[in-house]
Amino acid sequence: MKVRYFAWLRERTGTSQETLDLPETVKTTGDLMNWLAARDEGYAFAFEQPDTIRIAVNQEHVDTDFVLTGTEEVAFFPPMTGG
Amino acid sequence: MKHMAAMTNTIEYTVRVQEEDFNVSKETELLTQDRKDIGAIVTFTGLCRDEGGTLEALELEHYPGMAEAQISRFAQQAVERWPLTGLTVIHRFGKIPPGENIVLVIATSPHRRAAFEAADFLMDFLKTQAPFWKKEHLKNASEGSWVEAKTIDDKDAERWNKNAPA
Repeated sequence: MKVRYFAWLRERTGTSQETLDLPETVKTTGDLMNWLAARDEGYAFAFEQPDTIRIAVNQEHVDTDFVLTGTEEVAFFPPMTGG
Repeated sequence: MKHMAAMTNTIEYTVRVQEEDFNVSKETELLTQDRKDIGAIVTFTGLCRDEGGTLEALELEHYPGMAEAQISRFAQQAVERWPLTGLTVIHRFGKIPPGENIVLVIATSPHRRAAFEAADFLMDFLKTQAPFWKKEHLKNASEGSWVEAKTIDDKDAERWNKNAPA
């Protein structure tokens, strides 16, 4: 699965995108956040306040209960500040 | 990119996400040339301000693909909601120094109200729903800092739900 990070999530994880093989225990976008947060210190810092993080699957906004099939592009980012 | 509205009888609109600057007069001309049915043009240009002389530049990060898709989604809603004759939305990314353009919305219509409201609506959703993030680089700081989302921007966007036509 392709996972992308933007803004301070990109800086804290130290990566803009990566391809990951997920364990079967990761079923939803919320599970994915918890799993990522446990990877290392940078990821823990990036995901320390999960409530503030926005999630997109295949470039559309979703919630933490979105069920993944493993083939999607998932993106994590802070609240948007465009305009 | 130009979008033809599928299945619905609405106008085309233009959405662009680009690094280079835009020319407001040129973009307006594109919406008005060879037409005599337009009674109102509303243009909104968002610029990078210098924050009292402290700002070196704004850095705008975006999610390529999703940025265009989200803006197009709201442009489509705008042309369905208001009787517009033309609509152009351009959002820049990259490093933008004070005084330069960031975002442009042009709405044209036979009457002013539709043009004003459509431009206002699009700006509210660009601020809260389009995947762009601003980082401020100050003159006296080595590290940039991410601009925090404002509750007032969410409140502004919510206005359009309350006023939804029956």
